[in-house]
Amino acid sequence: MIIEKCIVQSIEKVKSNIFLLKVLSPNISTKGKAGQFCNIKVSENDFPLLRRPFSIHYIENESIYFLFDVHGEGTNLLSQKKIGDIVDIIGPLGNGFNINEDFETAVLVAGGIGVAPFPLLTKSMVNKSIITFYGARNSEYIYDKNLLNINYSTDDGSIGLKGNVIDLLKINLKNLDKQKIKIFGCGPSPMLKALQIFANENNIKCELALESVMACGFGICQGCPIETVDNNYKLICKDGPVFDAKEIIL
Amino acid sequence: MSEIDLTITIGSLKLKNPVLLASGTVGYGNEISEFTDLNKIGGIVTKSISLKPRKGNPPQRIVETPSGMLNAIGLANVGVETFIKEKIPFLEKLNATIICNIAASTLEEYIECVRILNNENSITAFEINVSCPNVKDGGLIFGNDVLWVGKITESVRKETSKPIIVKLSPNVPKISEFALVVKKEGGDAVSAINTLVGTAFDIYTRKPKIKNVTGGLSGPAIKPIALAKVLEIKRTVDIPIIGIGGIMNWKDAIEFMIVGASAIQVGTANFINPNVSNEIVDGLKEYCKSQNIQNISSLVGSYVI
Ligand SMILES: Cc1cc2nc3c(=O)[nH]c(=O)nc-3n(C[C@H](O)[C@H](O)[C@H](O)COP(=O)(O)OP(=O)(O)OC[C@H]3O[C@@H](n4cnc5c(N)ncnc54)[C@H](O)[C@@H]3O)c2cc1C
Ligand SMILES: Cc1cc2nc3c(=O)[nH]c(=O)nc-3n(C[C@H](O)[C@H](O)[C@H](O)COP(=O)(O)O)c2cc1C
Ligand code: FES
Repeated sequence: MIIEKCIVQSIEKVKSNIFLLKVLSPNISTKGKAGQFCNIKVSENDFPLLRRPFSIHYIENESIYFLFDVHGEGTNLLSQKKIGDIVDIIGPLGNGFNINEDFETAVLVAGGIGVAPFPLLTKSMVNKSIITFYGARNSEYIYDKNLLNINYSTDDGSIGLKGNVIDLLKINLKNLDKQKIKIFGCGPSPMLKALQIFANENNIKCELALESVMACGFGICQGCPIETVDNNYKLICKDGPVFDAKEIIL
Repeated sequence: MSEIDLTITIGSLKLKNPVLLASGTVGYGNEISEFTDLNKIGGIVTKSISLKPRKGNPPQRIVETPSGMLNAIGLANVGVETFIKEKIPFLEKLNATIICNIAASTLEEYIECVRILNNENSITAFEINVSCPNVKDGGLIFGNDVLWVGKITESVRKETSKPIIVKLSPNVPKISEFALVVKKEGGDAVSAINTLVGTAFDIYTRKPKIKNVTGGLSGPAIKPIALAKVLEIKRTVDIPIIGIGGIMNWKDAIEFMIVGASAIQVGTANFINPNVSNEIVDGLKEYCKSQNIQNISSLVGSYVI
């Protein structure tokens, strides 16, 4: 965990409402792993007060990329950064995906902006085969650079299957040996919940990247609990944001 | 000019400088130590400890508000036993003053906690969090009842000779009455303020934004209120005050000292800049240098009205 002042190298609107931010981060970039996140101060004053958490989207040389959706005031301000601006970033935070487990095929399941951590995950897994299932509202919300073997679903059918990403996954997984795959999921909570049920019922290894409102992002405020199956709370920022699907109650 | 003296004395409590970390905003010190030098600050107030572990409230526990945040963590903590076994070993190694904050749901629990923790040499002082519901008395907050605050102070006083700081709730009409009773019952100092009760609603779902409905407001939004409370106590009761509420930088810290705080605590600011306490210590030193102040303690209550 480091606090780093990073220079904005580029910021572009890559799709309707979706921005790609590239910052120079000589320190955090050498440590960050897929599934970890950074906590970004989007303004220089007290409004908004808290940092905003974003997954590490991609790392290349000494640069980190963030892919984000303009949601409210914080992300709006972030989208207005200019090349050369300095942003104050804390990272890398939390625990990333576990890719050292015994599996042959990684099945990446993304819902909407939940695709953000997957390009780095894809880059990290050199000796595994990868299939990606990517669901979004419509084709205008899809940003699929640095992903492999993508199957799409959209609510309006503008690209891929008309329907949700879990249906898409169910159709396509029939041909795979469930013992040899591991699912990695990131997206809105209803999607994660459906994915959790599917993976647990079929006894498939599965990790989910969760979100929570956060004040600190590194375990001191206790603001981001998730209930575990043993009736305790874990902290999404510190014990997660990635959790085994068997461990948590969504 | 010789080296500026940043030390502060609060009864028998000696601090190397007035900057403390507030309870509940630094856990038990280990996480934040990755960002900041805990040996450089005046001290750490640990997360409220209760006799038994507490799971805390269900999510959503926090929400951001204009220049502030609401929290309803529900005093999630590891409990006295685990605190001693797992958290004290880290704190012991620091060259920092450790103030142990205690929360309880009954008078007996406050007494028991202080009795057990009094044996820990690494704990220099106790801060008593009275902003907790009194379960035996219909769940009303101890800290909103002057008689209870008196009783708690009197009872814990009997258990320890270490300094006792009572952390006052701002959710009362006259905070100075509470400071007065703390003094009368043998407390060494008061800290002010704890969070203010607040809430926030979603206008589309019409539901509260935090599950507990209400929460404690903290951050820069509460600073003017906190300053007024410190000033009120300073002007009416002769007891050392530790100022808390919305301190984001060294200027805020100085402002609190001028209105009467002997020391200050940094809370919410740690979430945004976990190194802010060290920066405040540096800022205080610079300010003293620029203002020709030899002893920072001379600032305390130096307001000109
Ligand atoms: C670990 C983690 C990784 C994330 N990665 C990404 C990412 O890569 N790309 C992306 O677009 N978004 C990501 N998010 C969500 C992102 O943090 C929120 O969209 C953002 O905080 C919204 O801020 P705002 O001011 O624009 O919205 P507002 O709604 O105005 O924010 C109000 C408050 O709610 C919080 N908040 C609102 N929505 C969320 C949310 N979904 N998750 C957490 N806090 C929220 C804000 O941080 C702020 O404190 C991630 C969240 C977490 C926890
Ligand atoms: C997330 C959070 C948790 C807190 N937990 C405690 C606690 O356990 N005990 C306590 O006495 N005060 C607790 N507080 C109150 C702070 O110590 C402090 O009094 C208050 O936040 C005002 O200061 P600030 O504006 O600098 O944050 C907590 C505050 C926050 C924001
Ligand atoms: S966000 Fe503070 S503990 Fe997780």
